[in-house]
Amino acid sequence: MTYLAKPKLHHPTLPKNKLGYTRRDYEGKVSTLCAGCGHDSISAALIQAFWELDVEPHRVAKLSGIGCSSKTPDYFLGNSHGFNTVHGRMPSVLTGANLANRDLIYLGVSGDGDSASIGLGQFAHVMRRGVNMTYILENNGVYGLTKGQFSATADMGSKSKRGQVNTDSAVDTISLALIMGASFVARSFSGDKAQLVPLIKAAIAHQGAAFIDVISPCVAFNNHPGSTKSYDYIREHNEAVNRLDFWPSREAITIDYSEGGLIEVPQHDGSILKLRKLDADYDPRDRIVALEHVARAAEKGEVLTGLLYVHAEAQDLHAHLNTYAVPLNKLGEKELCPGAGVLEKINAALR
Amino acid sequence: MQKTDTGNPDYFHKVVDCQWACPAHTPVPEYIRLIAAGRYADAYMVNWESNVFPGILGRTCDRPCEPACRRGRVEEGGGAKPEPVAICRLKRVAADNKGDVRALMPKPAAKKNGKRIACVGAGPASLTVARDLAPLGYSVTVFDRDKRAGGMIWSQIPRFRLPLEVIDEEVGYILDLGVELKAGVEITSMKKLLAEGWDAIFVGSGAPRGRDLDIPGRKEAAAHIHIGIDWLSSVSFGHVSHIGKRVIVLGGGNTAMDCCRTSRRLGGEDVKVIVRSGFEEMKASPWEKEDAQHEGIPILNYLVPKAFTHENGRLTGVGFEKVKAVYDAKGRRSLVPTGEPEQHYECDDVLVAVGQENAFPWIERDCGIELDRHGLPVLDKATLRATLPNVFFGGDSAFGPKNIIWAVAHGHEAAVSIDKLLNGEDLRQRPAPQTSLVSQKMGIHEWSYHNEIALDRRFKVPWRDVNQTLKNIKVEVELGFDPATGFKEAERCLNCDVQTVFTGKLCIECDACADICPMDCISVTPNGEEAELRARLRAPANNKAQDLYVSEPLKTTRVLVKDEDVCLHCGLCAERCPTGAWDMQKFLLEMTHAGPGCRRPQKLAA
Repeated sequence: MTYLAKPKLHHPTLPKNKLGYTRRDYEGKVSTLCAGCGHDSISAALIQAFWELDVEPHRVAKLSGIGCSSKTPDYFLGNSHGFNTVHGRMPSVLTGANLANRDLIYLGVSGDGDSASIGLGQFAHVMRRGVNMTYILENNGVYGLTKGQFSATADMGSKSKRGQVNTDSAVDTISLALIMGASFVARSFSGDKAQLVPLIKAAIAHQGAAFIDVISPCVAFNNHPGSTKSYDYIREHNEAVNRLDFWPSREAITIDYSEGGLIEVPQHDGSILKLRKLDADYDPRDRIVALEHVARAAEKGEVLTGLLYVHAEAQDLHAHLNTYAVPLNKLGEKELCPGAGVLEKINAALR
Repeated sequence: MQKTDTGNPDYFHKVVDCQWACPAHTPVPEYIRLIAAGRYADAYMVNWESNVFPGILGRTCDRPCEPACRRGRVEEGGGAKPEPVAICRLKRVAADNKGDVRALMPKPAAKKNGKRIACVGAGPASLTVARDLAPLGYSVTVFDRDKRAGGMIWSQIPRFRLPLEVIDEEVGYILDLGVELKAGVEITSMKKLLAEGWDAIFVGSGAPRGRDLDIPGRKEAAAHIHIGIDWLSSVSFGHVSHIGKRVIVLGGGNTAMDCCRTSRRLGGEDVKVIVRSGFEEMKASPWEKEDAQHEGIPILNYLVPKAFTHENGRLTGVGFEKVKAVYDAKGRRSLVPTGEPEQHYECDDVLVAVGQENAFPWIERDCGIELDRHGLPVLDKATLRATLPNVFFGGDSAFGPKNIIWAVAHGHEAAVSIDKLLNGEDLRQRPAPQTSLVSQKMGIHEWSYHNEIALDRRFKVPWRDVNQTLKNIKVEVELGFDPATGFKEAERCLNCDVQTVFTGKLCIECDACADICPMDCISVTPNGEEAELRARLRAPANNKAQDLYVSEPLKTTRVLVKDEDVCLHCGLCAERCPTGAWDMQKFLLEMTHAGPGCRRPQKLAA
């Protein structure tokens, strides 16, 4: 944590995006998290991703629950909408907001306690409903705010800072999201922005429930030998299945992809995902294969990262419910109170 | 790239751009912090140790430090150009507010060591030699043909830029050390001086000859054509107190600026500066040009003087040829006539300020001191020793006209040479500067320096009302910062001497420093060759004059690379570092001056 606000001065060559904003314009308040927290790196990756996508900050709604992770929306996109909700209840608030106004980009930010303990039910349902959102789980396997107890995502057999061994089995949020019907599932590591930033961009472009589990070491309570969520452990056991290049449109592609081992996934919004295979057997378009790979890797103690599953033709909650396209706040009195005649018609239809 | 060797005193010294650029290597951020703390006397003494004349330099220095200042590279454009910290005028704040510092000055030597040193000329170079050597016990005698000490500081710089009291005070501190001044004694023969048996002789006689302009009409109109530096000196001595109404100053250097402004105060109403070159290429410092223009003096460019016109032996004006600058493929400039008709400007007096030269008519060519074909002494650059083993040169008389701060730097070096010579040591074995590097951490988020970056733009030094200053040549134009503005200007300093020091073995590569760095200076990346590495850092490191700070390989075999160029020294990397791999450490570098420190360590007698 720092007391000083980050100085306004920036590098003389700092580039601007299409909107004329620099990356610094996407920052928020200065973080109050512990020095070295992985969550701050995720905030930096989010800033980078939104800047690169030329997103107008006021078109973004950040929603979070409770916990270290859920504080972070204060530290990026300072000019976006924000809602720090109730512990574990971010998914339902996000779902409601999304139903009311589908024009915004929804970013859910949560932690392992918020999503895998108190909010496990909400987590499951927001995925199965296919809410169009990017759900970032900042996963450190530990309750940092209450001084380092194991969280529900801590691996069985891993050790706490004081040496206790975790005897509970871990909630695997990746498998859960896959089973529940999330249409974009990825895992990454806060210490690898080259992997994380394209994943965030692809998730934002994805029209459906996009989930990224980001391993984010807790420097204060879970970065010791014996932890399976430390910088060293993740670096040693990180098995990336692919490397993703995100292209906002086919015209934007500037690299010649002639070599083999490449999977191309066009998304609904016209964006293209180019996946360079690192594991020859892995096809992220197959949910069953993804589930199996994740399970096998977990058994070997490997941390599978990359874009694990994507269903490009997914439909979201609005499509399922066939809702009206205009956000509620843009409807006038005439549309909202169509009068007695229309009521008559509805009543007649129900008789 | 190899791991950066921070053990080399030059590495961190270069990061302190201002100190590196200062010929005397004054620890600038150190004294600026003292000013911000209101410790003016301490700030003054830090300066005095290094540059001997803080009050004088705080008004007149050529400020090589300011173009080097990092602030000028990091401030946002926003239309106006970024500006360095007003280092020079902050020095004056220290001098103006210091109070009585006599008790802090070194005392005259209690015991003389029997060695006699002669200094020729009582300018800044000689006075520096005297200051460094007198407290060590040397008997230093300074000769000057003028009636007072100060040299060009006194004779060429006009009083409205530098009041007499300031000169007298700072020259006085040196003479009070037991230095003998022989004022009004002109040395006319080096042979005679050598024969007097001095243990060492230092020549700091300046570049006393103003260059003349030999064009038609020069002789005929001579009564109203004056050599700039001679004329300024006559004004200083009160021999000249008037000039014609219409004055043309020829030349574009700082002497020309002093000439035109002095003319405005001695009766000149229509004063012009006419220069061969373009405005930007003029030798005068930008602020001196600004000062002249502020007094209503136009500067006309690209005009080459062709002839002085005269009638009945009286100057009537100057004829000029209009030229333009043409650059060849190598970027060399030549001034080519435009072919336009000759332009004529009428005037009553002309001041010629087209350069200065060294002149040593008093050094006999057979006395053993070799002069080169330009008339400059043949010197050993490091020791400033001439071809006679006990004769040294410094200041303008050594390598041609420079400025006060270079004269001071030469004086220090010559004093070291003399001290070593008279202790029987090898002059070329010169010890490196003393350096120290101390952590500034006081608490988790507390540093012993103020690390918040002030966003203020450079403050302007207030001027006295121009109507008042033009009436009296002795009224100082600049008023200096008041303490409150001085504080604010001091806060603009980035504390570049508080270094970002990195310990690779503590790093866990969490990226916290790279994420927080406001200037994107820090990258954790695979190593590579410098040119290639510079291009692929978080922000391109295009300023090759500034080093990259490269760590040893980290756990992942990557290296940490910091581009020193635009670092704000805000310390956020260190505040964000969970393991203390980054620390903010104050780097102090003190030049080794004459005295026991510059000599071989002596074994203590048992």
